[in-house]
Amino acid sequence: MTDITGNQVEAAPARAAAFDRLRQSSEYVAIPIFALVVSALLFSLFLLLVGKSPSTFFALLWQGGFGTPFSWQNTLIRASPLILTALCVAIPAQLGLVIIGGEGALVLGGFAAAAAALPFLSWAHPWVVTMVMLVAAMAAGGAWIGIAGALRHYRGVNETISSLLMFYIAVAIMNFFVEGALRDPSNPNKPSTTPIGDANMVGPMPGMDVHWGLAAGIVLAILLWILMNRTTAGFAARVTGGNVRAAQAQGLPVGRLIVAFCALAGACAGLAGFYEVTAIHGTANASLAAGYGFTGILVAFLARQNPLAIIPVAVLLGGIAAAGGLIQRRMGLPDATVQVLLGLMFVVLLVSETLYGRIPFFRPRGEAK
Amino acid sequence: MNETDLGWLSVPLAMLAGAIRVSTPFLFVSLGECLTEKSGRINLGLEGTLVFGAMTGYAIAYHTGSPWLGVLAAGLAGSLFGAVHGYICKLPKVNDIAIGIAMMLFGTGLAFFFGKPYIQPQAPRLPSIALGGWSDIPQVQVALQVNPLFLIGLALGVAMWWGFKNTKWGLIIRTTGDSAPAALAMGFKVDLVRFLATTVGGFFAGVGGAFLSLYYPGSWNEGLSSGQGLMAVALVIFSRWNPLACCGAALLFGAAGALGPALQSVGITQGYYFFNAAPYILTLLIMIASVSPKRSLKGAPGELSIVK
Repeated sequence: MTDITGNQVEAAPARAAAFDRLRQSSEYVAIPIFALVVSALLFSLFLLLVGKSPSTFFALLWQGGFGTPFSWQNTLIRASPLILTALCVAIPAQLGLVIIGGEGALVLGGFAAAAAALPFLSWAHPWVVTMVMLVAAMAAGGAWIGIAGALRHYRGVNETISSLLMFYIAVAIMNFFVEGALRDPSNPNKPSTTPIGDANMVGPMPGMDVHWGLAAGIVLAILLWILMNRTTAGFAARVTGGNVRAAQAQGLPVGRLIVAFCALAGACAGLAGFYEVTAIHGTANASLAAGYGFTGILVAFLARQNPLAIIPVAVLLGGIAAAGGLIQRRMGLPDATVQVLLGLMFVVLLVSETLYGRIPFFRPRGEAK
Repeated sequence: MNETDLGWLSVPLAMLAGAIRVSTPFLFVSLGECLTEKSGRINLGLEGTLVFGAMTGYAIAYHTGSPWLGVLAAGLAGSLFGAVHGYICKLPKVNDIAIGIAMMLFGTGLAFFFGKPYIQPQAPRLPSIALGGWSDIPQVQVALQVNPLFLIGLALGVAMWWGFKNTKWGLIIRTTGDSAPAALAMGFKVDLVRFLATTVGGFFAGVGGAFLSLYYPGSWNEGLSSGQGLMAVALVIFSRWNPLACCGAALLFGAAGALGPALQSVGITQGYYFFNAAPYILTLLIMIASVSPKRSLKGAPGELSIVK
C-alpha cells in the first residue's frame, strides 16, 4: 500500500507538471488564434459598414481557398512561395533583424534564374539548365539579403529600411534588363526575358497539380528549424539575436553569423523566385513582384518566426490569397479586399503580443503576481 | 508656350523644377517623421498614411470641388492613422517597427479598397503660384510654378526647428525622446506626448499624400507612391533629426527623383530604369555614408529603437 500510494504521490505531480507545461506552451497557439478570430470579427464589421455580407465573404473564402480539390491546388501553389519568403523573414528574426525586403530577393532570384539560363537554352540538358538556374537564383537572393545583413552589422545601416530600398533597386535592375538587353523580341506585349522552354520547366509533383516548390519549401522549413534549434550554429545565431554584446563577449563571430544567416534567408526567397519562373511564368517579367514577399512577412510574424509553424500559416494565407479572385468576382469587391483583411490581421496580431504573460491561465501555478 | 532650346542646361533646370515639385511629399512626411522620432518613437507606417491621405484628399476634393478641403481631409485621415499607431505602440511588449510595417500594408490596402471608384474621375487640382514671371524662358517659368504646400512645408520646417529649440513644447518633446525616465521625473506624461507627436506626424504625412494626388502627379492611382513614405524615414536619419536639414534633404531627393525624366527629355534613354531608381540608390548610399556602428549618431533621440 505504501508502495502504491508512494508511486501515486510521485506520479500525480509529474502529470500535473506535464499538464502545466502544456498549458503554458498553449499560450503560443491560443493567442494567435484569438487574434485571428478578433480580426475576422473586425473585418466582418468592416464589410457590414460597406454594405456587404460577412457570411457570404467567409463562405466564398472557404470555397475559394479550401472547399474543392481545385481550390486546394490553388492554395498550395500560393503557399509554396509564401513558405520560402516567410523563411526569409523568420531566419534573420532569430538574429534580431527585421528584414522586409524578401520580395526584392524573390524578384532578383527569379530574374537571375531566367537570365542565367539564356546561354544554355539551345544546347544543354534540362538538368544542367535547372541546376544553373537554381544556383543563380539562390546566389542572387542570398547576396541581396546578405548585403542588407552586412550593412547592418558593419555599417550600422538599419536593415528594415535598407532591405526595402533594395526591393525597389531589384525591380529596377530587372526592368533595366527585361526592357533592354535581355528583352525577348518575339513578345511585343509584355517585356519579358526569352522563355526557358517547356523542357526546362519544373513539373508538378506526382499525384497533384502543385509544383515541387511546395515540397522544397516544407523540407527547407524543417531543415532550417533543425538548424536553428538543434545545432551549435543555430544556437550561436539565437544568442546573437538575444544580445549582440553578450555574443561578442563569448567570442562568437557575430558579423559572419549575421551575414551567413541573412544570405541563407535570401537564398530561400531567391528559391521562391526560381520556382515562380520555372514552374509558373516560364520567363522573368514584372509579374514576379506579385507581393509574395510582403505577405511572407505576415506569415512569419503569424508563425512567431518559427520555421515549422510557417508551413500551416502559409497554407492558411495562401488559401485567403487564392480566394481573392472568387470574392472579387462574386461580391463585386475591389481586389484590395484581401489586402485589407491581411493588413488588419497583421495589426491585430501584433497588438495581441501585449497579451503574453498577462493571462493567469497560461502562467505557472503559484507564480508571484 | 514656345520651348526655348536650352540644350544640356535643361537637365539641371529640370532637376531644379523636379526638386521643387517632387520634394513636397518628402518634406511633409519627413517633418512628420522627425516630430514622431523626436518624441522617441518611430513610425514606419507613414508610407501607408501617405497613400491613404492621397486617396482621401482626392476623393474629398472630387466630391466637394475644393482641393483645400481635400488637403484638410487627408491630414485628418493621416492623423487618425497616426493616432492608431500611437495608441498601439503605447501597449507593453508591442514592437513599434513591426506595427509600422503592418500599418503600411493595412493603410495601402484600405486606400486601394476605397480608392477604386476614384481612379477614373478627375478631381480639381491645387492651384500654383507663378514665381517665374521675371524670366522670358518658358522652361524657367514652368520650373518656378510653386505650389503653396511647398512653401507651407518650408515654413513648417523652420517653425519646427525654432520650436524644438525655443518653446516649452519643444523641450517636452525632446526630453521625452531622449530619456523617458527623465521626462517622467519632470512630470511629463510620456505616453501622451508620444501619442500626440505620432498623431500630428500622421497629419503631416497625410497632407504630403494629398499633394501627390492633387498636384503632382495630380491623379489618384495605385502606383502613386513608390516608397516615398519609407525613404522619408531614412531622410530623417540623414538629416540628424534637424527639421531644417530635412528641408534640404527633401529638395535633394526631389532632384534625384527628377533625374530620370530630365535625362529622358534630352534624349538619354539608356539606363532609364536605373535613373528612376536613383532616389532609392541615393537613400541607401546616404545611409551607408552617414551612419556608423561605432559611435551613436549626433542628435539622435536616446529612446529611439531604430538607432539603439
